[in-house]
Amino acid sequence: MPIHDQSYRRYGGGKTMPGQAWTVIARAGIMNMIRKRIFLAVLLGGWIPFVGHAIWLYVNARYPQVSIVTVTPKTFRDFFSWQDFFVFVVTVYVGAGLIANDRRANALQIYLSKPLARSEYIFGKAAVLLAFLLSITLVPALLLLVLQVLFSGSFEFIRHNLFLIPAIVTASLLQSLLATFTMLALSSLSKSARFVAIMYAGTIFFTLAIFGVLAAITGGTRLSWVALGANLQQVTDVIFREPPRYTTPWQLSLVVILGLIAVSISVLERRVRGVEVVT
Amino acid sequence: MDTNTAVVQLDDVTVIYGKNAALKGVTAKFNRGAVGLLGPNGAGKSTMLKALLGFVKPTGGRMTVLDLDVAHRPLEIRARIGYMPESDAHIPGMNAVSFVGYCGQLAGLPAVDAMQRAHEVLYYVGLGEARYRNVETYSTGMKQRIKLAQALVHDPDLLFLDEPTNGMDPKGRDEMLELIRDLGHNKNVNLILSSHLLPDVEYTCDDVVVMDKGQVAAQGPIAQLKGPGGRVFELRIKGDLPAFLEVLRGEGMECTSTDEDVMRVFIPDALGTSDGNAQRALFSLAARHGVQVRHLRPSIPTLEDVFAKALGEK
Repeated sequence: MPIHDQSYRRYGGGKTMPGQAWTVIARAGIMNMIRKRIFLAVLLGGWIPFVGHAIWLYVNARYPQVSIVTVTPKTFRDFFSWQDFFVFVVTVYVGAGLIANDRRANALQIYLSKPLARSEYIFGKAAVLLAFLLSITLVPALLLLVLQVLFSGSFEFIRHNLFLIPAIVTASLLQSLLATFTMLALSSLSKSARFVAIMYAGTIFFTLAIFGVLAAITGGTRLSWVALGANLQQVTDVIFREPPRYTTPWQLSLVVILGLIAVSISVLERRVRGVEVVT
Repeated sequence: MDTNTAVVQLDDVTVIYGKNAALKGVTAKFNRGAVGLLGPNGAGKSTMLKALLGFVKPTGGRMTVLDLDVAHRPLEIRARIGYMPESDAHIPGMNAVSFVGYCGQLAGLPAVDAMQRAHEVLYYVGLGEARYRNVETYSTGMKQRIKLAQALVHDPDLLFLDEPTNGMDPKGRDEMLELIRDLGHNKNVNLILSSHLLPDVEYTCDDVVVMDKGQVAAQGPIAQLKGPGGRVFELRIKGDLPAFLEVLRGEGMECTSTDEDVMRVFIPDALGTSDGNAQRALFSLAARHGVQVRHLRPSIPTLEDVFAKALGEK
């Protein structure tokens, strides 16, 4: 006689209402990445500029006589430039396989046969990448601001540059959202994470190269809007109240960024389906 | 139609892919219990399941699942159904118990309950010993079982099983059919089994909906579809086969060729009210047309006869 019935039993417990499955997807995705040691190393690498800046803030506050450059809002703007490389690496490492791997394993029909909408699936996947990107942009930048107060022992810097808090939040979100949605859109187009990574890197570097060539031909930077990275630089400059580095109107750069996010969402809407219809 | 006993109902449903109509004005009812969705490849079975799941939107018609309108309440429906897809499908990078538990959480189970249910259903489908292995290392048969496990983990009221025995060896296939039969008959789980394999449907289901070219060719209880109206014989002859077939058809009998040279002859009640009368009718026709009867044996009507009759195969 069996001591425990291993047959199928009906479930008598409670269930959550539809609408929360995105948190399950996000949590699983984040845990899956955190278990990888190489990724943890990459993530820690993304905090190296923070450590450098923190030391600089400390030296600047405690030993002003040896400090060459004083802390200004530009310090925080420059921090974002330092993070560009790490944002790129984390985007490729985390994002390339987010949807492509699911497509390779036909997982979409498993996901979408559960009580979750397509938007929830996309939101859950986006949350994974967004969380890691914000952890190397928004979190360290805000921490730097806190350190500046702690090291200097006064709120004077923040009082004079109150715009820095919304600027950091806006710049982080813009950079992370652009990277997240363009990467997710590319990831939904292929079943190979490696191919997606190459496509993303190609898009970034190819558009920059095109801009470089156009700048050399025209002798100006009015066509910087063709480069993904240049648009972001341009708008981030404006957000931090710095003079824009290119002659392209920053509004045009913002339109390009928002347009890219909109196109990416449209691609995701078309590609994330339970069934692929080939006509 | 009686909605009290129907778990799924389709009224004049049409699904079009590009220029091809995969479902053409389908009206069907799936009763409680185990119902087979039978038809050759390309008949529209998988399309019907995907339309019921909300994966494809019909261009016309209305569908209800568990008395909920598919067009308006898809999430509520999906919370109460389990779907085992036809193709190989899993969440990459997970072992079996994590995968099934994850699916349980996606379906709304709390994390602890989902993990407990995952262990239970994995034992139930026969993967208890392999539950900590990565799903990507599983054999085809094991992948079929884990697809069933993920469909069951949240204890659905209705299961959609799309070709569940595909690619399985005979032993594995028998075990899978046993599981499906157990679910449908002992565990009170309503299920729709889509298959092109007649024996699978006949073994596990009580009712059947036969599809052909995007339309319903026949539907009803299998026993009723098989049962009344005549007798079936296995027949092998020596002589002019095509001419004799014409003679039999001319007499109102239906002939279906099988894999070998034996054909199945369906004799309606009107031509022979008992086995003896029907056999005598066949012998007398053979004698009259100079044909030798080499083999004549009464046969039990099978779902194959229903299938062949519904699809008009001769």
